[in-house]
Amino acid sequence: MSLEGAIAVHRFGLGAKPGEIAAASARPHDWLLSQLETGADEPQALDATALQTGGELAALLTGDRQQIARLRRERAGNQEAIKALNRSRGQIFLQEMAARFACGFATDKPFAERLVWFWSNHFVVSALNLRAALFAGAFEREAIRPHINGKFEEMVQAVVHHPAMLLYLDNAESIGPDSAAGKKSGKGLNENLGRELMELYTLGVDGGYTQADVIAMAKLLTGWSLDPAGGNGFRFYPARHEPGPVTLRGKTYEGYDGAVAAVGDLAHDPATARHIARKFAIAFIADEPSAASVARLENTFRETDGDLRALSEAAVNDPAAWSAAGRKLRTPVEYVTAAYRLLGLPRAGNDPDAVAKQVRGAMGAARLMGQFPLAPPSPKGWPEISEAWSGPDAVLDRIEWARQIGQRLPKNFDAAAVAESGLGPLLRPATRTAMAEAGAPGEAIALLLASPEFQRR
Amino acid sequence: MNTRRSILKTMAAASALTLWDAPLRYAFASVPTQRRLVVVILRGALDGLAAVPPYGDPDYANVRGVLAIDKTQGLHDLDGFFALHPALTNLKACYDAKQLAVFHNICSPYRDRSHFDGQNVLETGATAPHILQDGWLNRALVPLGLANGQSAVAVAQTPPLMLTGPAKATSWMPSVLPEPDEAFLAKVRAMYAGDAVLAASLDSAIALEAEAQAAMDDASQKDMMKKGGYANLTPLFSGAGKLLALADGPRVAVLDAGGWDTHFNEGAADGLLARRLQALDAALDALKTSLGPAWTKTAVVMATEFGRTVHANGSGGTDHGTGGAAFLLGGAVSGGAVHAEWVGLKPDRLRDGRDQPARTDLRSLFKAVLCDHMGVPHRILDTAIFPDSAPAAALTHLIA
Repeated sequence: MSLEGAIAVHRFGLGAKPGEIAAASARPHDWLLSQLETGADEPQALDATALQTGGELAALLTGDRQQIARLRRERAGNQEAIKALNRSRGQIFLQEMAARFACGFATDKPFAERLVWFWSNHFVVSALNLRAALFAGAFEREAIRPHINGKFEEMVQAVVHHPAMLLYLDNAESIGPDSAAGKKSGKGLNENLGRELMELYTLGVDGGYTQADVIAMAKLLTGWSLDPAGGNGFRFYPARHEPGPVTLRGKTYEGYDGAVAAVGDLAHDPATARHIARKFAIAFIADEPSAASVARLENTFRETDGDLRALSEAAVNDPAAWSAAGRKLRTPVEYVTAAYRLLGLPRAGNDPDAVAKQVRGAMGAARLMGQFPLAPPSPKGWPEISEAWSGPDAVLDRIEWARQIGQRLPKNFDAAAVAESGLGPLLRPATRTAMAEAGAPGEAIALLLASPEFQRR
Repeated sequence: MNTRRSILKTMAAASALTLWDAPLRYAFASVPTQRRLVVVILRGALDGLAAVPPYGDPDYANVRGVLAIDKTQGLHDLDGFFALHPALTNLKACYDAKQLAVFHNICSPYRDRSHFDGQNVLETGATAPHILQDGWLNRALVPLGLANGQSAVAVAQTPPLMLTGPAKATSWMPSVLPEPDEAFLAKVRAMYAGDAVLAASLDSAIALEAEAQAAMDDASQKDMMKKGGYANLTPLFSGAGKLLALADGPRVAVLDAGGWDTHFNEGAADGLLARRLQALDAALDALKTSLGPAWTKTAVVMATEFGRTVHANGSGGTDHGTGGAAFLLGGAVSGGAVHAEWVGLKPDRLRDGRDQPARTDLRSLFKAVLCDHMGVPHRILDTAIFPDSAPAAALTHLIA
């Protein structure tokens, strides 16, 4: 096992499954880049039912709204029925999350999966918004996952056309004040998506736009909403669209096609290349990447017209990404996932209930540690820097959970072998010593999970 | 009750590492003040006109439209002009007891409309985003003698920027996981000898956890955490109050309360924002209750990164604005008044024709609390704590 193999598996991947470091060791770059050939795995529902598409969910939401309106009209006693309906819809998000976690535990393309996680933490749809929660899983599967090797613009267009994003940042209800619908209803713009599209998703906050540009972008996006009939979930409503030409950052756009062009121009803007390069470097190279590392990614992004596969390759090919020093702390979801991969969890043979229970355990653990995936507190997403996950309570939470996991393991566990196979050359003497002196294999594993080298990647 | 603190004693005796000694020494140090300061960060931009409606303003009902709250809908009148939102019943009781001061048309120096840059300015105390790397509250800890790592706590897994910096602080959250035994923690701590970040955090957590274990009714805390999850602020505020109430516990606490970014379907007397305000109001009451007699020595300051648009947007909500509301409450507060340089709600008085103006600098409020309540020397307020803030003089007469 080589150090580079271990770094490939931990820094770019999701932590080692048994044998993974050995497999990556001979040619770590190839081991990573070959994962991009076929894209990321597709999450599957644990109960083998089909996960629903954004279009199906848009139709479901429309039906629910009608049913809730009817229940409210009929009589007050129907509150319980409304609550039951909302509860059952909450299950859809939990089912999606379980599928996503299970995918992370099992996948043999952990770098591709990490890329999915990076991009869905960039284009955030947070399930804390209850309307968007229904769609959060479908959003990642449809707008993010298929595009990790494509052009950045393809991902951005998929994102802003997805019902999840249109609901989450309130564009679904944004109406041009001078449109037919606006004049009739007196309703107007909602700036939320127009602003965050530029501030967070493309240009960056210092990328060169004004409040007038925010309003212009919001006007261009009016009429972009959900298709109540289903379809692919998106529908453009000309009657809600602000008529006439709109000037955005000095350029004039008009109509639906103009809005698509404006989104495309944002995707290809040099400020976007800079913004994305920096974020990508922080996630995959270092908390404080060197100017050279960022510039390399920025140039690749610009020269390839935002080719995300080229961007991923450029990060892998940056020597700075292979430094054994200054490893980053794992986020809670990464931490729990790495632990499950290390220990071969969930393990339950053919008992689907036992599998579901262990997956739910992982979801609960990540939440306790302060991170529930696809449900960050704001559209900025979860922080990618170590400092955000190194606080006293955060460290204690991980230790508490490590101890609990260790206590639940079978007694005949070969902890030393798991440590050698899972950390390889990253395993430190202090951890080996502590594990050797542990009273039981479960305690040794708990120490391994609590060790600095396992908390970092 | 099992105390993690005892393992520190054992371990420190056995170890020559100076890293070990620091938390032990400080955990038992007497606290230099009995004053308590709580800062509540209302992330997401609270709609000040919803929380504190100027119902006496002749333009209020008209400009607010669907968001306006009528006198008959349970508004809590404050001074015949301003009122508190109907959901803020406990805050109203504080006001009546002269333990709540309300501020309007107030904002940090930040004038753009990004949440994240706005929060950066709110927390660093700088004049612009990203020019300072540490938080103003952190910079106040050393002059207050509260920089020992145990006297300032963030109710969070990791302290927010406001409390981050060179001075040591800790963090705490109610935990539902079983506590590991001391021997196990000692072994983990030994493994952290080569990782200064994890070592310092673990030491800090262990030292505070001993206090927390003694203060918390563990079962009820776990029970509360399970109910409502993210939406339930009460266990966090109640826990903070219990820690602050301890004789040698923390004196400064920071709490995060999000959920104010009401772009959609904000509601008026009832609705989304009303429910969030109700949760905050209940949590503040729990904080007061859990502080017990220490409430009389407490000031709680609540602020948000900026206000929201005066008019409703196209979807029954409000977009990002400028001026808004802030609150100062506690037994140590000289309250019972609304402090607002009010200029009305006519379009030509609004910023860019859409936002409440910023007529008072939030730093003036923070300075007043740091200086008059906590005893930070006045001479360093405009320099070390809030650089380049001389024009924003500390407000006065806010502390009893």
